[in-house]
This record gives sequence, structure tokens and C-alpha cells, in this order.
Amino acid sequence: MSQKVLDALTAALPHAVDRTESSHGDEVAWIKRESLVQVATYLRDDPAMLFCSPVFCTCIDRLDWHPVKVNSMDPPPPKAWTEDQPRFEVCYQLRSIKHRTRIRLKIAVPEHDPRCPSLSELWAAFNWQERETFDMYGIRFDGHPDLRRIYLYEEFVGYPLRKDYPKEKRQPLVRRDDLPINPLKRDGSEGL
Amino acid sequence: MADLKQLVLGRKDVQDFGDTEAEMPHDLMTINMGPSHPAMHGTVRIVLTVDGERIVRSDVQPGYLHRCFEKEVEHATYTQAFPYTDRLNYVSPMINNCGWAMAVEKLMGLTHRIPKRAEYIRVIASEMSRMTDHLTCIGASAMELGAFGPFLFFLKAREWFYELLEKVSGARLTHTYVRVGGVGKDLPDNFAPELIALLDKTEPIIVEVETLLLNNKIFRDRVAGVGAMSAETAIRTGCGGPILRACGVDYDVRKDFPYSVYPEVEFDVPVGTTGDCYDRYLVRLEELRQCIRILRQCLRQIPDGPVMVDDHRVALPPKRDTYNTIESMIRHFKHIVDGIKVPAGEAYTFVEGGNGELGFFIAADGTGRPYKAYVRSPSFVHLSTASALIHDHLIADVVPIFGMINMIGGECDK
Repeated sequence: MSQKVLDALTAALPHAVDRTESSHGDEVAWIKRESLVQVATYLRDDPAMLFCSPVFCTCIDRLDWHPVKVNSMDPPPPKAWTEDQPRFEVCYQLRSIKHRTRIRLKIAVPEHDPRCPSLSELWAAFNWQERETFDMYGIRFDGHPDLRRIYLYEEFVGYPLRKDYPKEKRQPLVRRDDLPINPLKRDGSEGL
Repeated sequence: MADLKQLVLGRKDVQDFGDTEAEMPHDLMTINMGPSHPAMHGTVRIVLTVDGERIVRSDVQPGYLHRCFEKEVEHATYTQAFPYTDRLNYVSPMINNCGWAMAVEKLMGLTHRIPKRAEYIRVIASEMSRMTDHLTCIGASAMELGAFGPFLFFLKAREWFYELLEKVSGARLTHTYVRVGGVGKDLPDNFAPELIALLDKTEPIIVEVETLLLNNKIFRDRVAGVGAMSAETAIRTGCGGPILRACGVDYDVRKDFPYSVYPEVEFDVPVGTTGDCYDRYLVRLEELRQCIRILRQCLRQIPDGPVMVDDHRVALPPKRDTYNTIESMIRHFKHIVDGIKVPAGEAYTFVEGGNGELGFFIAADGTGRPYKAYVRSPSFVHLSTASALIHDHLIADVVPIFGMINMIGGECDK
């Protein structure tokens, strides 16, 4: 059903879409990083699309991606990650309340330049979700109005959901005075 | 007037204070609400900038209950993840269990092979959980506004549901009852008559609380017109569940993306008109009645049969075989230690949680542990709208708005 959405998207913005695929009934479109905002605006405003409502934003770290076959009869598994491929995949899931369709946008983000355009201007809900993704994966969202950690404290070093962050690692909370702990301070007003 | 001021100010001189508004302090003041505040459920900190009693700026800071759900699950087998999901929304754990199980089943292609009885049991457990969720939300919100009676009535009813769920699963709160491919064990003997008796007892309690609150002037003054949201804003901010429906949007995952056996039962989706706290309360109250309706139908329609899919990939061998044959023992051991092998791929599955769309996004790599697990928690999305909702309201309005957003700390902070 939703294959139509992917086809229409590819037809409307052929230069922006790398490829499309369908996995377990979820429609996925790989978008070029620089065209993300254009694609998102089209998906939100075009009357045939109307993806008015955001669902989630997250990221996949492919560092340890070595998929294996479950049974010997199965088709070969997807390719493992190699160093020449982008390490991160930022995923945005959108839904259309009117057409009852959903789509997932994926953006490949390399390790040396972990940046992605922000969609928080288009959908306010992505403001916090992008902050969460930044907090956990260290993806910097260009154009985000207030990109700071949301779950962890400002002093935290590293990004815990990256695959190279050991699960057992402990970090004592050491206060640092040079950090803008209280966002209100940035406005020049009094902090706590 | 001067006498009164003298009385209030005590030993201070009346002449020290003027009568005009100009002499009131006019700077903005920054105050801290939470993370542990008696009138807020959940641990969330709000840094409020107030002009008198009016909120002009606010910064909502979640994260005080962050327990690394996603990192822990990436290091656990698919079955070991169930106890973690219990602790997401700890007021309605059964729904989380079902959501996780459905996500794994989608990746394994088992979605349409789950036995009918198991599906009905899941729906019964989910709806009972939804009831405990709404009972807690309404009861606690009413208590925070000074109405202690409804809180006691609803918590009493909630306790009955917890007791019955304890009989089903063995644990009062952290059930871990659902499994990939079905449910852990069948319903206990005598479950149906007990649930019917419980629903018969709960219905008058809902009426009782409704009469206490519905036209209660104090309650209405505190919630009506407070924290209103337009349908457009609610959609754009990704809201779901009772909050979205209170704005008049007819959207329920159980109806719009039907899963399990919801198409086989009949129920209505209540919607509001204004999207304020009062409508959210009314929608939740009506959903309680619809839950009872679904539960009664399920009890009539539930078939006999197995409660676990007959698939050696996900089902444990029968205990008797495990103890008596070496093959079954090895299988049991591999199943527990290596976990369920899920083919490589990724999928997003969502169910209608107590507060809205609860989703699990899993990337599997063919091993027994998820490569990536992400939970789309409705509380987190709803809480992100809180800052806009409390803007320009009084400090006292923060309490009903947060009460009706029904932020559950475990789910919001993961």
C-alpha cells in the first residue's frame, strides 16, 4: 500500500532520494543528508503525503554490525559494516493521520563528521527527540535551537549508546563550573 | 484597611509599604519545581521563570529516572528484555510486554501465527493494565487538586486489578507475563468469574467518582480551560492517546492500525472537543468504560487452546521433556543461554499504550540479542509539549496539566 508513497517521493525528488526499500512492511527511504529538510517539507505539506505527525527520531550505530545467518537454509545476511561506509544512520519515522501511512527516512552520517540537519523547525516534537539522539549518539543537529543533553548531565563524557562505549563504564559526577549548566544563564538572566 | 495590614504585617510599619502596584517587585523570578515535588507525579525538574504567579518561561528537564533501558536491552537476550519493559511504564506493564513481544514476532514473521487464546489473553491483560493506568491517572490528579476521595476509591479498585494480575502472572507490578510467541502460562482457574465480579464491583466506583468530580465546582475550575491544545498542535507535536483524542482527533492505534484480536471486539473511541485538562479527564473516564466493555466481550469470546505458538524457535520444550530427554535439555539450555535467534532486519511495531502510541524499534543481526532497541515512549513526547502548555498559566495550573499529561517517569526517562 505504502509503496505508492515511496514511488511518489522518488518521482517528485529524484535527486534527493538515494534508494528506497521495504522491511517487514515498514517503508524506508534513504535520503541524501543535504536534501533532508527539502524532502521533509515536501512530505509534510504535499496534499498527497501529509505526513503531519512525527513518531520518533533515533540513530543506529553500525560499528559492530556483523549479521549472521540464523539457519543454514536462510538467504545470506546483509553485508557487515566496513570502515569505508558511514557509521551512523539517523532514522526519522513519520506518520500521516489522514492517509494512515508511515514512512521512515534514513540519513547516512559518517563518523568523522557526525552532523545531520535538524527537523525540529518542521515538527516541534523532534526538538526533544533530536536532543536525545545527540545525548546518546553524539549526532549534532544543524539548526537545532537548543542542542544540549536531555537525560544525562552536562558533565558526562562520551555518548553511551555508541557501540564503543562499554556498558560497565562508570562515571562519577564531577561538577565543572565552566559548563553552562543552567540554560537560562545563556540569556544573560540570573541562573540558579 | 490599615488595621488589617497592621495585623498581617505584624511589627512592620504600615508606612513602609505602598498600596500601588508599582511598588510590587517587578523582576522576573526563577524558581525550581521538582525533581521531587509532592504535587507532581514522577521525578521531573522544571525551572520556571515567573512574573508574579504567571509563568513566562519554563525549562522541563527529564532524566532523573534514566536507567539505560536501551543499553541494557542491547546486552540482554530477547526474552530477558521483558523484565526491563515492565519497568518502562510501571503502571501498565502488560501493554509494554505485548509491544515488545509483537516487535520480535514481526521480525520473525510470527505475527499471524500466535494462537487465538494467547491473543485474547494479551488483550485481556492489556485492557486490565489500561484500566490501572487510567485509574491511577484520574485518581492521582484529583488528589493533587485536593479531592482525596476519588483517589482512595480508584486506588482501591486498582489494587483489585493488581491482585488479579498477580494471580495471573505471579507478580503484582512487574508481571513479565508475555513471551515471544504467546504468553508465559495460561490463565488461572476461576479467572473469568473473578474478573466479572471485579468489573461488576468497579463499575459503581467509576460512577461514584464521576459524581464526585464531574460537576464539582472546585475540580472544574481547576481543570476546565487549563492547558488547552488545538488538534493541529497535538498532531504536529506527535501526541497520541487520550491527549490527542481530547483535542477531537479520532485516532486510536487499536482502530486505525488494528493488531491482535481488537478487530473482533466492539468498542468506541471517545473524543473530546476543547483539548483541555477537563476533556482529557473525560476521555480517560470514558475509556475506562470501554475497557470494561472490551473485557466482557473477550471473556465471552476467548477460545480454548494452546497459549504458545508451536514453533521450536521461540517455544521452550515442555518441562517434562527437559528433565527426561537430552535433546530437549540441550534445546532448553540453548534457548535460555543463547536466546531466541531473530533473523537480521529491522522493524518498528506500535501498540496503543495507556498514554498513547507505544512503539518498539528493533534492529536484529541474527544473534540472540537485539543489535539496537529503541522505545518510542509516549510520555517523553507528551512531556516535550509541557513547556508550551504551561506557558502563561499560573504556577498552580502546572499541577493539573502535569497530572493529565500523565508522565510516567520510567517510560519517559527510559
